[in-house]
Amino acid sequence: MAETAAIQRESGPASPVATSPAIALAHLWRDYGERTALRDVTLELPGGQTLAVLGPNGAGKTTLLRVLATLLRPTAGEVSVLGCALPREAWKARGRIGYLGHEPLCYRDLTCAENLRFQARLHGLGREAPERIAELLDLVRMSRWGGELVRNLSAGMVQRLAVCRAVLHDPELLLLDEPRSHLDPEAAALVEPLIGPAPGRTRVVVTHEIEAGLAEGDHVLALRGGGAVAYHGAASGLSAGDARAIYGGAP
Amino acid sequence: MRARTSSFRAFEAILAKDLRVELRTLQSVPAMVLFAVTTFVLFRYGLDRSALSGSLAAGVLLATVLFAAILAINRLFVAERDEGGFDAIRLAPVDGTALLAAKATALVVYLLVLEAIALPVFAVFFLDSWAGLAPLAGVLALADLGLAATGVLVSAIAANSRARDLLVPLVLLPLLVPVMIAAAGASEPLLAAGGPSYGGIAKWLAILALYDVTFLLVGYAVYDFLLED
Repeated sequence: MAETAAIQRESGPASPVATSPAIALAHLWRDYGERTALRDVTLELPGGQTLAVLGPNGAGKTTLLRVLATLLRPTAGEVSVLGCALPREAWKARGRIGYLGHEPLCYRDLTCAENLRFQARLHGLGREAPERIAELLDLVRMSRWGGELVRNLSAGMVQRLAVCRAVLHDPELLLLDEPRSHLDPEAAALVEPLIGPAPGRTRVVVTHEIEAGLAEGDHVLALRGGGAVAYHGAASGLSAGDARAIYGGAP
Repeated sequence: MRARTSSFRAFEAILAKDLRVELRTLQSVPAMVLFAVTTFVLFRYGLDRSALSGSLAAGVLLATVLFAAILAINRLFVAERDEGGFDAIRLAPVDGTALLAAKATALVVYLLVLEAIALPVFAVFFLDSWAGLAPLAGVLALADLGLAATGVLVSAIAANSRARDLLVPLVLLPLLVPVMIAAAGASEPLLAAGGPSYGGIAKWLAILALYDVTFLLVGYAVYDFLLED
């Protein structure tokens, strides 16, 4: 644990940014009954940047994402997402967030196109919806499966559909929980333009791929088991070896 | 800031989705119909009576509809729970009451379809006269509203519980006692042996309507909180 302690430090942002933070957490705690999932997390993420979240199983990564997505209330601390204080102003942030979690959030007894049309209606997309849906399905090479029930699709296809669902309403903030799971390299490349790093795109990416996380993140938040912050700062300030040490592996 | 999707638009989307899934999978309504018809057969031969009237007829009909409704209420949020529908809806800029209204409306539709089939079967099995069926359908429609308003609340509360199959009947049945008493009170004279009479049913209809309005308002007031973690 000495290595872990050694990298427990705060660094400045990766690059100076004048805009207000897209995400600001101050002393965030989240408990599930007696168990603490997030312990005193404080960070800021400027707009247009990517935060990579690393940590072993049970470190609270998914919990953090669900708090940011307004799906979980913080137990204590202050959370601001896109300028909205959560949970009080959650309704203002909803619809501006694209969330891709472990579940695809698609109904198995609806077709791909029906699922996306349903989401489009919930998000208030109007006449532009059919064109947007066709464009997204085409981008992820799912056009020919648009009329297929989700229950008949492979896990990789469902994940591609879930990506379409998450970005359908052109969100300002993407919250991605292991977004490339179930995807082969070709499929991962297909969804990259939709969820990968891009100028002006604010993202929080949970990943177990340490090198990839460090490469695509402007900032890194590394959590230990129990939800304590092991590192928060610029991605350049954390080596892959140090990150592995947080997982309990050899540096 | 993006505008909130109108509640009516969200209501329409969720209701259309639910009805489409039910039409495609036939998971709730056929089970309700089969349950009701089987129950009528059991009463027909269990009571060994070729005709029923008055309070006994009302009791058989309403108890059957109530237990058939519980089959649908138990399944009302299955897709939302198992397939992430709760999260998907909460991530959208929609009012939680749109989900409440859509689910309650879907349940009313299921109950109306059930009754459209079960009521004639009930009449064939137990009634000498069909004259009271039309007003009886009106009483059932009012009772359906009460069942839906209460059922959707209890179903949402139970959805994330491991004991949900147990929780729904245990919590719901006591809450529905007033609906059943009022519906039975209104149905009894309509199913009288000598043909329907309408004396005294206004009072029971008023109680049913009051119950419906009360639970619809309770649902409207608390539903957003039920959807939160």
